[in-house]
Amino acid sequence: MARRALLDFEKPLVELEEQIEQIRQLARDSEVDVSQQLLQLETLATRRRQEIFDALSPAQKIQVARHPQRPSTLDYIQVITDEFIELHGDRRGSDDQALVGGIGRIGEQGVVLLGHQKGRDTRENVARNFGMASPGGYRKALRLMEHADKFRLPILSFIDTPGAYAGVLAEEQGQGEAIAVNLREMFRLRVPILATVIGEGGSGGALGIGVADRLLMFEHSVYTVASPEACASILWRDAAKAPVAADALKITGADLLKLGIVDRVLAEPSGGNHAAPLQAAETLKTALLEELTGLRSLSEEQLLEQRYAKYRAMGRFLDCVSPESTLSS
Amino acid sequence: MSLFDWFADRHKTAPVARNPQELPADDGLWSKCPECGLVVYRKDLLANASVCKGCGHHQRIDSEERIRLIADPGSFEPMDTELAPTDPLAFKDRRSYADRIRDSQQSTGLRDAVVTGICRSSGQPLALGVMDFRFMGGSMGSVVGEKLTRLIEAATARRYPVLIVCASGGARMQEGMLSLMQMAKISGALQRHQQAGLLYIPLLTHPTTGGVTASFAMLGDLILAEPKALIGFAGRRVIEQTLREKLPEGFQTAEYLQDHGFVDAIINRTQFKSTLATLLHIHKLNGNAAIGNP
Ligand SMILES: [Zn+2]
Repeated sequence: MARRALLDFEKPLVELEEQIEQIRQLARDSEVDVSQQLLQLETLATRRRQEIFDALSPAQKIQVARHPQRPSTLDYIQVITDEFIELHGDRRGSDDQALVGGIGRIGEQGVVLLGHQKGRDTRENVARNFGMASPGGYRKALRLMEHADKFRLPILSFIDTPGAYAGVLAEEQGQGEAIAVNLREMFRLRVPILATVIGEGGSGGALGIGVADRLLMFEHSVYTVASPEACASILWRDAAKAPVAADALKITGADLLKLGIVDRVLAEPSGGNHAAPLQAAETLKTALLEELTGLRSLSEEQLLEQRYAKYRAMGRFLDCVSPESTLSS
Repeated sequence: MSLFDWFADRHKTAPVARNPQELPADDGLWSKCPECGLVVYRKDLLANASVCKGCGHHQRIDSEERIRLIADPGSFEPMDTELAPTDPLAFKDRRSYADRIRDSQQSTGLRDAVVTGICRSSGQPLALGVMDFRFMGGSMGSVVGEKLTRLIEAATARRYPVLIVCASGGARMQEGMLSLMQMAKISGALQRHQQAGLLYIPLLTHPTTGGVTASFAMLGDLILAEPKALIGFAGRRVIEQTLREKLPEGFQTAEYLQDHGFVDAIINRTQFKSTLATLLHIHKLNGNAAIGNP
């Protein structure tokens, strides 16, 4: 297995892992029985890793969420589906590589799957525009979702983007309009929509494929109204305050669960999803199938009504007329 | 309640009354156009919908003035005036969100950045929402989202057309993800309004950006804009940083959006009410189940 990129807060683990490697080497080169020492060190490393990952700050979670080896949309699709055929293009003149999708089968269940797609390396990231979708990407997503609606295929959407692409061409092609139309039309689709934040959920670019009956989120994923970097430079007038902004913006699964925005947080393997991608995919698959089963018992009317009610209830404000100010949520 | 009464009442019940000493320095008899420098009597400027007679510059106007320009006198019945922002994240940057709210409430006499209500415009019923840029840059938090959603729902129930005058820097960061979700909430309400075959018109004024552009500003059956208004999804600085070159001339102006097919018509503010009257009227012809025919 290729050595994975280390995050700065993982550094305390490096020494331990090197020791383990040395002892393994020793065991291979000689007949010395080191199994006891090895077990001790490995247990220690596991515990340390668990401690570190249990205590990640929001800013550190962003690093995990952006980890170059964190499983991507296509990685999950490959593991979750028994068959998958990628479908291209928005039928308006473009095929955005930053937002991919297609049709697939999970057991005897047909589904439409789509999501933001980042690259593994610089070359692929350039082709995929670092997962920042263009208007054509959002229109491709809508085309696939319309297809899902027509053939009654549930929609599985995977969110992993720093944000919608900010560029001259994107503005000319109507980035705002493309996202807006998706938000409206996703309330009309008569099939279950499950969205999962698998990495970073960046603002409107994430929401553009994120209106869902159930919103899932991995433990170290983040979902934010504005990137902490942008927020810090606007509100603090200092981009270096990004970690403070990350904390203030309440972007973690636990926070968003409390705010009623996320429905379910999925546990990650020790060391994050990139440490054990197959395990992460199994977690995701199990959760998606459970949620799907729950939603399939609803009539189309109930489904649409519940989806509307879910978003209708989002927000916190004071109602100053009531005898005592009531907090609505 | 007449519009005048309502504003009088609002000033009474607002958290703290407007302090006359905090009015802008140029709030005197005269007004100077920031574009061409033409100096005119303030009352003449107001009589021309705050549009400069020298160069056509559309000065920013507040929600009170906007309602006066659109609603027939005495017809505006405000909705949900009791809704006020809270501070769900206990957010504090260089200043606390609570302080920013209080300051904006004191300086504007508003509880948050949108005024909504039912009115008549040229005799025709209309559900009207007007964003007020003075209140934290017209940013959209829970109150803006809730008030616009309730407005659209009321319009759907009564079969009224909706006009939303947009003026906003986008989602309000101090309410975090709750703000982002208002985009979805409002869009959902617009989906039902659309499904009912009713007319929705956003009017994009300077500036309309970010999460407002990526939701209700771009969902009109007809999308109207004021001349030269800045309209865009991403901020100019962000794009410049990505691009590392100068932006095209007129980038993200109303005219630029019209050239690229995202704005139906640019309407001079002095012509807006009569244009709206024509549009509302035409959509009622031919026995169309739209729009304000009970
Ligand atoms: Zn002028």
